[in-house]
Amino acid sequence: MIRFNPGAPQPASAPPDWPRQLAQLAGQAQHPALQAFYQAGCPAADCPLEDAPLIALDIETTGLNSRRDAIVSLGLAPFRLNRIRCSDALYQVVKPTSELSEESITFHRITHSDINQAPRVASVIETVLEALAGKLVVVHYRAIERGFLDQACRQHLGEGLQFPVIDTMELEARLHRGDGEPSWFQRLFGKRHQSIRLADSRLRYNLPLYQAHHALTDAIATAELLQAQALTHYSPQVSVSRLWS
Amino acid sequence: MQIELIEIRDHLSRFPPFDELPEEVLNDVARQVEIAYFKAGTEILTFNQEIHELHYVRSGAVDIFRRNGDLYNRLTEGGVFGHFGLLRHNRVRFPARAIEDTLLYYIPGVLFDQLCEQHETFADFVEAEGQSRLKAAVDNGRASELMKIKVRKLISRLPVTVPLTTTVQQAARVMTEQSVSSLVVVDPHMAWPDPERVPVAEQQHAVMVGIMTDRDFRTRVLAEGLPLDTPVADIMSPNPITVQGDDTVFEAMLSMLRNNIHHLPVVQRRRPIGLINLSDIIKYESQSSLYLVSSIYNKQSVAELQSLLPDVRATFVRMARDEASAHMIGSAMSGIGRGFSQRLLELAEDQFGPPPVPYSFMALGSMARDEQLVVTDQDNALVLDDSFDPKLHDDYFFKLATFVSDGLAACGYTYCKGGIMATNPKWRQPLKVWRKYFTDWIENPKPEALLNSCIFFDLDSVYGESAMVEELQELLAEKASRNEAFLGSLSRNALNRTPPLGFFRTFVMEKDGEHKNVINLKRRGTAPLTDLIRVHALACGSRAQNSFERLDAISATKLMPPDALERLRYALEFLSLVRIRHQALAIEESIEPDNDVEPENSSPAERQALKDAFQVLSNAQKFLRFRYPHLAVTRPL
Repeated sequence: MIRFNPGAPQPASAPPDWPRQLAQLAGQAQHPALQAFYQAGCPAADCPLEDAPLIALDIETTGLNSRRDAIVSLGLAPFRLNRIRCSDALYQVVKPTSELSEESITFHRITHSDINQAPRVASVIETVLEALAGKLVVVHYRAIERGFLDQACRQHLGEGLQFPVIDTMELEARLHRGDGEPSWFQRLFGKRHQSIRLADSRLRYNLPLYQAHHALTDAIATAELLQAQALTHYSPQVSVSRLWS
Repeated sequence: MQIELIEIRDHLSRFPPFDELPEEVLNDVARQVEIAYFKAGTEILTFNQEIHELHYVRSGAVDIFRRNGDLYNRLTEGGVFGHFGLLRHNRVRFPARAIEDTLLYYIPGVLFDQLCEQHETFADFVEAEGQSRLKAAVDNGRASELMKIKVRKLISRLPVTVPLTTTVQQAARVMTEQSVSSLVVVDPHMAWPDPERVPVAEQQHAVMVGIMTDRDFRTRVLAEGLPLDTPVADIMSPNPITVQGDDTVFEAMLSMLRNNIHHLPVVQRRRPIGLINLSDIIKYESQSSLYLVSSIYNKQSVAELQSLLPDVRATFVRMARDEASAHMIGSAMSGIGRGFSQRLLELAEDQFGPPPVPYSFMALGSMARDEQLVVTDQDNALVLDDSFDPKLHDDYFFKLATFVSDGLAACGYTYCKGGIMATNPKWRQPLKVWRKYFTDWIENPKPEALLNSCIFFDLDSVYGESAMVEELQELLAEKASRNEAFLGSLSRNALNRTPPLGFFRTFVMEKDGEHKNVINLKRRGTAPLTDLIRVHALACGSRAQNSFERLDAISATKLMPPDALERLRYALEFLSLVRIRHQALAIEESIEPDNDVEPENSSPAERQALKDAFQVLSNAQKFLRFRYPHLAVTRPL
């Protein structure tokens, strides 16, 4: 009997062993906030997704370069696969270290007065770490959130930050970019590059359109996307290690 | 700093019952929302499971079922469910399933209770079954003054009466002395027709036998050269049409419209208590549709009648804007339609001479029901006296029918596609043939044949010898109520057109010419509702033609529970009003009015009421199926 079961999309390479890595980092970290963060660990590799404590994170910035650009706002939405609880959500506007351009002000719908009253990243970074501790972070395009949080920790706590994430954009890439660019043959039959941006990805799951670039809205949008991806392509019992990176 | 969940709050604020909540309350609701995603086809709630949250559809679509698995409702964006369970011991009463990928907001039960307690509109919405929501949607319209004021208020004095032996000269003197333009003629010797039903005090008053107006002196006395000692009995209008003092001014107006009369005695039971005339009513509504009707009678040609078309539409728009009731607008528009028909028949008789045998011009369908709007076909027929001889007379009646039919078409009443017009020889027949038609329809019912003849079960005389049409009405009411097979066939046809329960989805929408999603509110709403009411009314032996009056007739029997009838009444009123507003809007925007409503263009509250109305229709169809079960499943061979 021949079975053909393409199954759920697989990651390109073997996933890292995050519980071990975090335990190691806990031993190396100097700053107590980072020590506490690493000691909280993360769900075990074989933990079913439906049992994992998750937290959707979105960071809005003045640009894409974490060394040059600054954080403008952060949205955090702790959730479980079956429920996103808005009452637990956090949203924080911060005073950026670099000058906020007029474009990014309109882009993020944040005003100068919002920012003038806002705390500096330095005074919120520890709160953010506490919120993230012990949970599996869910982002759409991990380079931004990882890069900017790492940079913020370097600046304010003196050391970098590493943590596991489930990247909903990467999950989309596995589905739609698995074989790289569509071949000339596939293009012949009309296969086009699928956009894996947040809003476009959500549309594929019939999720509603939101106003983009508000950190909390985007964090919730990301959490909803993971719910949809899990129910569509995986199962609620899928091991977290198959999704994280 | 309190977090604002803008996206969630803004969405809630667009849909009832949240749309009436203050912003700070909405902010609080948004903060307590929980969110979950359901793939198409997954169960959301199962019967009797515990429930502690209100469910709100953020996107997608959810089917709500009865316990027996029948579809109860289909919800889309902004719909709420689970409230019945929350209100009743926290057990799910209606299971729910996602029929599309769906994003749900959960609102905690504690918060739900608070909202119910603190916000009346919220409580009203969730506690109400469809009925009272619909009622609110209907009652919101400011009822026109005409609908509320009693005729009694228009009476300025007791009527001046004279005995029927009075001479015309004495009568004219009385009118001059009393400065009135009309008289009530009484017969002092006549016994009350139904003495045991009339209180003794009233029996002391003489019985009214006729009325006389200024105009009668001109047309019936002077023009005819009658002697001054002619008794008023010879020239009065005998057995005048009357209104009751408790009737509304609107009903009085309708009566004048319908009968083309300008004077109307007002009676308390049978005792005349006053006389009102056209100008009394026009004082109340200066741009009354009565004006239009009276100008119809002044027109001397089809072309002149045709020139009134903009006025007809303007009258319609004005009534819609004044938020007149559907009954009022339907009656007024039908009155105008009758006016056109009557004037065209007068013009035809002027042209072709008096009719060789008596006839009645019969209106069918919406005009007979007094439910005409602006987009309407002409459905009519001729009932001829039994002395009719086709060889001798049919040429005349064919010409008459053609003149009227063409005239009506010119005035905006398009030809009936089904050929139900007096121009069709089949529908231009003597009374005895009509009796046979009706008897055959009723006694040998075939659903397919009845589909085409259904329109004949709404019938009314427009002009001529109305007694002939009344006889047919009588025959129908009499035979139909005793014939289960006929009622069963009619009910089967009444179930052919179903309401669009999940009307937000493409598969229940018709595509119009421009491929917009539309619902034909006539085909999917008012028509099946009217069909269903007709079946019940005929089962009750009612002779009423108007759907609202039919509902009254049904309620006089015990055929249906009163609240079910009320629901039907509100559903019909609401669906009709939406149709009316839609058509009025089209006229104002110089688009050709139709029945195709785009639900996407209506407000969430209106959509909700529409769904409620469709739900009422659906339930009523279930009742009908239940009432005539064995016949409803019979299949044609």
